[in-house]
Amino acid sequence: MPGGIESAAVPAVQATGIHKQFGSTQALRGVDITLWPGRCLGLVGRNGAGKSTLVSILSGIYAADAGLVRFDGNPAPPLGAVGAWRSRIATVFQHSMVVPGLTVAENVFLGRQPRCSGLAGRAGLIDWRRMRAETRAIMAEWGYQVDAATLCGQLTVEQRQIVEIVRALAAGTRCLLLDEPTAALERGAIRRLFERVRQLTASGVAVLYISHHLEEVFDICQDVAVVRDGELVLTAPAADLSREQLVTAMVGSQVAAGSLGRVPSAPRAGPGAPLLAIEDVRSDSVRGPLRGVSLRVGAGERVGVTGLLSAGVATLARVAAGAEPLSAGRVLLDGRPLVPGRRDLALRRGVGYIPEDRQAEGFVALLGVAENTAMTIADRLARMLGLLWPRVVNAAAAPLIRRLSIVASRPAQPVGELSGGNQQKVTAARALARGPRLIVAITPTRGVDVASKSLLLSELAEAAERDGAGLLLATDELDDLVICDRVAVLVRGEAFAEFTEPPFGREALIAATEGLIAGGRREPS
Amino acid sequence: MTDRVAVEAILQGRSRSAAAISLVREAALLPVLAVLLIAGAFVNSSFLTVSNISGIGQQISALGVTVVGESLILLIGGMDLSLESTYGLAPMVAAWLIVPVSAFGSGTDLSPYLGIVILLAVGAAVGMVNGLLIVKGRLNGFIVTLGMTIVLAGLQNGVVKAQSLFNLPAAFSYLGSAYVGKLPVSLIVAAAIFLVAGLFLRYHRTGRAIYAVGGNPEAARAAGIKVDRIKIGVYVAGGVLAAIGGLMEAGRVSAVTGSQGYGEGIIFPVFAAAVIGGVSLKGGRGNMVGAASGVILLGLVQNILDLANVSNYWIEAINGAVILFALVLARVIGGEAAAE
Repeated sequence: MPGGIESAAVPAVQATGIHKQFGSTQALRGVDITLWPGRCLGLVGRNGAGKSTLVSILSGIYAADAGLVRFDGNPAPPLGAVGAWRSRIATVFQHSMVVPGLTVAENVFLGRQPRCSGLAGRAGLIDWRRMRAETRAIMAEWGYQVDAATLCGQLTVEQRQIVEIVRALAAGTRCLLLDEPTAALERGAIRRLFERVRQLTASGVAVLYISHHLEEVFDICQDVAVVRDGELVLTAPAADLSREQLVTAMVGSQVAAGSLGRVPSAPRAGPGAPLLAIEDVRSDSVRGPLRGVSLRVGAGERVGVTGLLSAGVATLARVAAGAEPLSAGRVLLDGRPLVPGRRDLALRRGVGYIPEDRQAEGFVALLGVAENTAMTIADRLARMLGLLWPRVVNAAAAPLIRRLSIVASRPAQPVGELSGGNQQKVTAARALARGPRLIVAITPTRGVDVASKSLLLSELAEAAERDGAGLLLATDELDDLVICDRVAVLVRGEAFAEFTEPPFGREALIAATEGLIAGGRREPS
Repeated sequence: MTDRVAVEAILQGRSRSAAAISLVREAALLPVLAVLLIAGAFVNSSFLTVSNISGIGQQISALGVTVVGESLILLIGGMDLSLESTYGLAPMVAAWLIVPVSAFGSGTDLSPYLGIVILLAVGAAVGMVNGLLIVKGRLNGFIVTLGMTIVLAGLQNGVVKAQSLFNLPAAFSYLGSAYVGKLPVSLIVAAAIFLVAGLFLRYHRTGRAIYAVGGNPEAARAAGIKVDRIKIGVYVAGGVLAAIGGLMEAGRVSAVTGSQGYGEGIIFPVFAAAVIGGVSLKGGRGNMVGAASGVILLGLVQNILDLANVSNYWIEAINGAVILFALVLARVIGGEAAAE
């Protein structure tokens, strides 16, 4: 066992009175947070509450305006001393920080590769054998099975995360920050990650676990801390808290906890005329191939599609949005074929699209909130000669910005400056702006806090309810499927099961995504 | 929701100061230009005369129009090294078809007006080929346009066997040489092109789409913007603008030489002017006010060095140093986003 359990009398990390201001925004106001060796602290809060800022300060990326960070009782190293910070605390971010073109061993020892002995070492020659051997030793010690000589670009998301954890362990770090580590993981990988976290805490490592998924927090954290509006409003052992108490602390008094679970009214009685017909579609997409999938969505109908990451869920939704070329099959909208891979034509035919990865496809970071929101209706807003007056754009975006309660300082504020949740809302607003007849949404609530999540879902459901739009919701967040009338489950690129009667039982859905209950037409719950 | 209202109220106050900051950043080069004007006046008393200033105007017009083209291409996240060869080849082909055999022409003796149409067509064609290779062929823009610039420069010398073409008809050299009162026509046209391009980028649907495509092509595509068409269109526009720049230069020196463009290496000042002016090499960021100030800055520096009788041996080193200095200054004044 590496290290061994340290004395719990000295906190691994102790931050006191942390203040941080960005421009006129007070991101953190006097936060005290303590991580104890051998314990996992869950940090929860709504988007924009200050979690990311706190993580950045603890990781040595930003300096606090006021306050003190201590590691094992000693003052934190100066901000520029990257090596010293890394040996104290390591952060595994949502987006993988491994270099894809280097091997696992090189990534583990990135920036601190062991040198050869003697003159060769002084000249900068790396002791490759020792580097690989040490990597293998750590992997073996913790029971991880990732080959030290593989290129990181060939690893799965889960394996890359392991590389990052091993990197921290190799540097002797006894404190780990995990920022939304399950966001891109499949269910099995999440279970294994939890095992690793338990193993780490058992050996005396202090863990800070940041997540939007409260059940995860209850599952692996001993303590929970809640930030709201830059303040730490609650710290308590997880065992003493109920889910409702936690949500109330996160949201504050503004929204009653009971209204959070608010889901739209009962699903519509019967599907209308088939709006979207996907017929025997095949694709070799890297996002997950499709091997002959058919699906129909009626006007006003809300259809969910779920499955494991590689099952082709996102591919199917992209096909419906006109964002993905096909190798066979066809997609009909109102009985007329949609040109594959021509998103611009699909938009004009009335298909709104919330892409999977908002950073990559959801918005233009340098452009303003209003301009991003109105991007799908620029042709309608343009006046003579194609002129697009900012005033017109702002006026068109304003109702959507209000409807989705997007918090921005001004219509022209670049979307890149907003918090993740607000960025996601801009992405949704952009899709809704054109009054689409069919909305294709892929994981629309990923990385979004509880309150924003229910707002986004109810907006999507309402678009179906009120405007008679069809909704195709592709997601691996099973909770989001409550707004659906029908759920199709894909397994390895094929339609595996369909659930037609809500409510959809969690266990049955999970079993189906794993390919366990063949053709589970009616689910038992 | 009360605290959100309060937040909005606070932020409204901030938005005014944010707008002021962005204005300062956009005009980051203005103080530098002012300093240069003052310095120039000290260096030589004839600097601030009407004839010198309008002379500078005529000299930088050709460069300026080409910078508009390069800036558009940079804004969509591309780059085009071949503009400098288009700048030489387009007027060369046009002049070759216009001037008589005695002046090394082809013998077709076309009308100069038709020649100008051909010049624009050559620019458009080069841009189209570049655009198709880069966008549809998914080739790297740097290498495609690097190859293209050498091919075009070779053609430029090849068609006239490395001769220079003189005796350009008045209609052909009008744009680069004529004056309206004390103002050179080329300066008026260049200023008009900057103005139209600036307004287009700010207020036109396609102009806004250019920023979206440069800022995040995938997001633009997902929002239904015809990304490929806009990119190719911008390469075509860049080629046409470079051809117009070449026409101005040919008119100014009353000849088309084999070295116009590629031989003079004008792509370096073109890039320098755009980047000093805050047009990002990464795409999606920059505007015509900046690009114009970059061009003016380079023109002023060149003119002051000439007037100060700096030895020809040193003039390039000083010119380069000034470009580096201006870049650093633009970063200091304009902040993180400037001059990258």
